[in-house]
Amino acid sequence: MSSYSSSARFDEARRVAIFGGTHGNEMSGVTLVNLWVKNGSEIQRKMVDTKPFITNPRAVEKCTRYVDTDLNRAFTPENLSALGEGDLPYEVQRAQEINRIFGPKGSPEAYDVIFDLHNTTSNMGCTLILESSKDYFNLQMMNYIKVTALRSYFCCVNIVLCDWFIAGLEVGPQPQGVLRSNIFEAMRVILKHALDFIELFNEGRTGVEFPTCTVEVFRVLERIDYPRDANGNIIAMVHPNLQDGDWEPLNPGDPMFLTFDGKTLHYQGSGTIYPTFINEAAYYEKQQAFVTTRRETLVASAIRKA
Amino acid sequence: TSSRICERGADVAVCGGTHGNELSGVYLVRELLKAKDIVMEEEREEPASVLMVLANPRAMQQCRRYVDTDLNRCFTHATLNGPISDSAPYEMTRSRELNAMLGPKGSPGAVDLVCDLHNTTANMGLCLILSLACLFQRQMPDVPMRFIHFDVSSKESYSLDSVGKHGFAMEIGPQPHGVVRSNIYTAMKDGVQHMLDWVRLFNSGTIFEAGFVDVFTIVKNIDYPRDSETHNITATIHPQLQDRDFLLLHPDDALFQTFSGETLRYKGNEPLYPFFVNECAYYEKGIALSLARKNTVAYHNMAFKVHS
Repeated sequence: MSSYSSSARFDEARRVAIFGGTHGNEMSGVTLVNLWVKNGSEIQRKMVDTKPFITNPRAVEKCTRYVDTDLNRAFTPENLSALGEGDLPYEVQRAQEINRIFGPKGSPEAYDVIFDLHNTTSNMGCTLILESSKDYFNLQMMNYIKVTALRSYFCCVNIVLCDWFIAGLEVGPQPQGVLRSNIFEAMRVILKHALDFIELFNEGRTGVEFPTCTVEVFRVLERIDYPRDANGNIIAMVHPNLQDGDWEPLNPGDPMFLTFDGKTLHYQGSGTIYPTFINEAAYYEKQQAFVTTRRETLVASAIRKA
Repeated sequence: TSSRICERGADVAVCGGTHGNELSGVYLVRELLKAKDIVMEEEREEPASVLMVLANPRAMQQCRRYVDTDLNRCFTHATLNGPISDSAPYEMTRSRELNAMLGPKGSPGAVDLVCDLHNTTANMGLCLILSLACLFQRQMPDVPMRFIHFDVSSKESYSLDSVGKHGFAMEIGPQPHGVVRSNIYTAMKDGVQHMLDWVRLFNSGTIFEAGFVDVFTIVKNIDYPRDSETHNITATIHPQLQDRDFLLLHPDDALFQTFSGETLRYKGNEPLYPFFVNECAYYEKGIALSLARKNTVAYHNMAFKVHS
């Protein structure tokens, strides 16, 4: 029992939210949340209050990413305290509303866990986004999901560590506005395991803990933009060798972009990186063709219910 | 940024961005326009009369399929020539501009051949979509492609490619809307190049031998099962059908999978070929997939005759 007293203690995760439609054209989350709003039995667990919620209903209705501004970038302190109500951009109003219902973040009233469901056009498979390497509760949960999904469904789950991404769950590849059955089912399985973990954690029988574990993650380094002309238009595409190559090593000198007239541009970095978010539709306007990552092993402290 | 040089022989219009988020055509036409500017600057002669057009610039700017209404449904005679108000949808005004540029539809002055570039989220490879009147022939032995035939003899043609004396849509997938995939772009670039090469050969008097080609003729569309109140879909394309465009669908084969995991099966009488399986833009048009029969068509010296 040597590690028992040194395990990190967390309050039970009593209230859990599942967000869909943060981007209105990412269909797996929209569909799952609508399903669960109608009949939530699948997401109920003992001692957990699970609330499915459509975060951007107007964007969902129009099947578009956003109406005025990206909701997933709208939760800034300035926006959350802005005055003006109906005059504010739609997504800023939504951010304030969501913060009222599910937050404020860090306060005792805030929800314990929030799952924000996303799709990507990138070939990322199932990806969990972690904001901090010291967040042992989330790290343990992600480890549980990863191990269980692999064992039960031969489904590979990757974990991305980045403090400028928003935490969430990404499943791809799926075009915007399209619902693919395999992607839909994969997201459903991930959430099932996540809720199972929370239920197990909350049960917190004496002596039961999630022991220390090591977790392989991909730590984000930088974003790489497309080459552009003086007007800001892209002048090259992701190279066919790199396209769909998420999580595969990209070495210095490897093909990276292909210009429209057929010239290859090569990766000029100093070492091997692991690219991801390759050719995500929504990131053309955010100046991002892909992001570079390096592999890292994190240690998650043992956790148990307080 | 598009110019028309009327010379002897067939003239061709290559159109991209008819749907503003189908990016292969957007980028290809932009590149062709850039190349043409270089040719003009260097004052070289361009033998073939090729017009390059970005059809829906406002939708392209917003990277959306359309602003008010689908431009590719705005080319019926009624829409082009009927009364128009100041508050008309953007695409209706634009279709009249395009008709003036490339048509007028049905008149002797219309462009000989319109090639309209599209992408689809369906796994269709390279397809040429034709109506009965198109004289375009297959001359690209090294580029695998399929011909799809929509019979518009019973109702009026509504698409941009119907403005020319002859026209077709070049449809390539799978590609998400709003994304440029290099393999898809290259396939479209090669396809357009082959088509222009064929036109140049035709204009220089080449006689093309008779032959046979398989053509898929559309029979019907199938919609998703929907909730009677909300009209939202209640099932996805079944995993056994997803990405299997042009692979024969037999009666009783899996068609949809409901959200509760039940399989819904194809209840038709005859095996048919599915295509446009899970095309993003067709959810709102009530089409989950289209179904076609395959016919072998004989062509003799540039006229299609339906063989069987």
